[in-house]
Amino acid sequence: MAWAILRKDLTVELRTLETVPAMAIFTVATFVVFHFGLQRDQLQGQLAAGVLAVSLLFAAILGTNRLFVAEREQGGFDGFLLAPVDRSAMLLAKATALFLYMVVLEIVAVPAFAIFAAPPGLGGALGGIVLFLLLVDLAFALVGTLVSAIAVNTRARDLIGPIIGLPLQIPALIAFAIGIGKELAVFPHRGPGGVIRAFTYHHSPSGEWLLVLALYDVFNALLAYAVFDFLLEE
Amino acid sequence: MSTHAKHLRGLTIATLVTLTAGLALTFFYAPIELNEGFVQKIFYVHVPLAIISLMGYVAGGVFGLMYLRTGKKVWDLRSYCAIHMSLIFSIGGLISGAIWAKAAWGHWWVWSEPTLVSYLIVVLLFCTYQPLRFSIEDPERQSTYAAVFAVVGGAFVPLNFIVVRLSVQYLHPRVLNLEGGQLPASMATAFYVMVAAIALLFVTLMKYEMLAKSTRMETRRLRRRVLGDDAVAPVSRSAAPV
Repeated sequence: MAWAILRKDLTVELRTLETVPAMAIFTVATFVVFHFGLQRDQLQGQLAAGVLAVSLLFAAILGTNRLFVAEREQGGFDGFLLAPVDRSAMLLAKATALFLYMVVLEIVAVPAFAIFAAPPGLGGALGGIVLFLLLVDLAFALVGTLVSAIAVNTRARDLIGPIIGLPLQIPALIAFAIGIGKELAVFPHRGPGGVIRAFTYHHSPSGEWLLVLALYDVFNALLAYAVFDFLLEE
Repeated sequence: MSTHAKHLRGLTIATLVTLTAGLALTFFYAPIELNEGFVQKIFYVHVPLAIISLMGYVAGGVFGLMYLRTGKKVWDLRSYCAIHMSLIFSIGGLISGAIWAKAAWGHWWVWSEPTLVSYLIVVLLFCTYQPLRFSIEDPERQSTYAAVFAVVGGAFVPLNFIVVRLSVQYLHPRVLNLEGGQLPASMATAFYVMVAAIALLFVTLMKYEMLAKSTRMETRRLRRRVLGDDAVAPVSRSAAPV
């Protein structure tokens, strides 16, 4: 059943190209906005990590807002509730859809980030960054699905979703931003007279933050699974 | 619905006595702290407010869970009142904390302080509780969604503290740590009495709020019965359980 909903969502997305392209454009625009806000041609270390993390979070919120709109407007909820299936299928399908949207978005956003922010040492850190991206996408997807399911049935859903979602995403954002910051950390080597001779990109161990992120994912998965049924009652 | 009124008189008196005793101990018994001087007295109000409001959020989550399990309206009312009261206590905690931070560290806000930061995140999250309720018109759905939110929020409180604490180095004096704190006995006495007093204040005010709300509901029900359905204006949209 989850597979059917997921396939429906992906088909709709492929035909209309409504959500993911908007998320991608928004993310690239955010990088540009950050450039003008920060007035830096190149971002390093923690600053680069923060810009990436915040931009992706905003894109995730954009995707979250759209997640259940079709179900709400076209009676998909009613049909789903009439069907004799496990309610958690909806959670699984929607979280997977949002996760996949984020992954596709990042295939566009990370190269754009590499071009616009040009953080030194990005290439060497790529493996670690991909791991972090996958885990943070999972957190964004799980929290996003839960928040979206709460918000979609309210009157001011475009407002309620982000204001509930942002604080709930902060632990994931912390772990992601610090982890990526460590991956991108730059250490200058100073020669005589304090002149910077060279940089090394020492990818300091950020395994603990991967663990924090993974635990946050598990926590959210259990929590969402426990309460999701109640959100689908009529 | 007079069940909420039970023990209220005794509870009120106990609260007043404990609060008076706690404040008296704070100002006349506990010694003036050497480094910070008189300003440190705010600690006896600020820390209990913060601790009790966090416990209130978690309690709100537990009540929300009870509502989801039983479907009884009274649990929704409890959850609402606990979170509402916690929000009020939190504002007090944030303001008193900012004053203390300014006096002790010279800044109104200190980002390197995990307790402060995670507390702010929790308050920001629960600030959305009432807007959420307000934007759902159907009372049943409002209660259910609010309960789900309360459960998520209540579980989020301890987790958020762990993550934020991992991310920054310590600065705050650890009052209730596993080693039992480093407070001298006289300060500890005043502190624990104040914690008890603020806890009692929380419970008392919450019970008063529940009593007021249930009395209002009951009055409306009786008026409707006596005067007829048309004579009593329908309740306007409300964030509180009606």
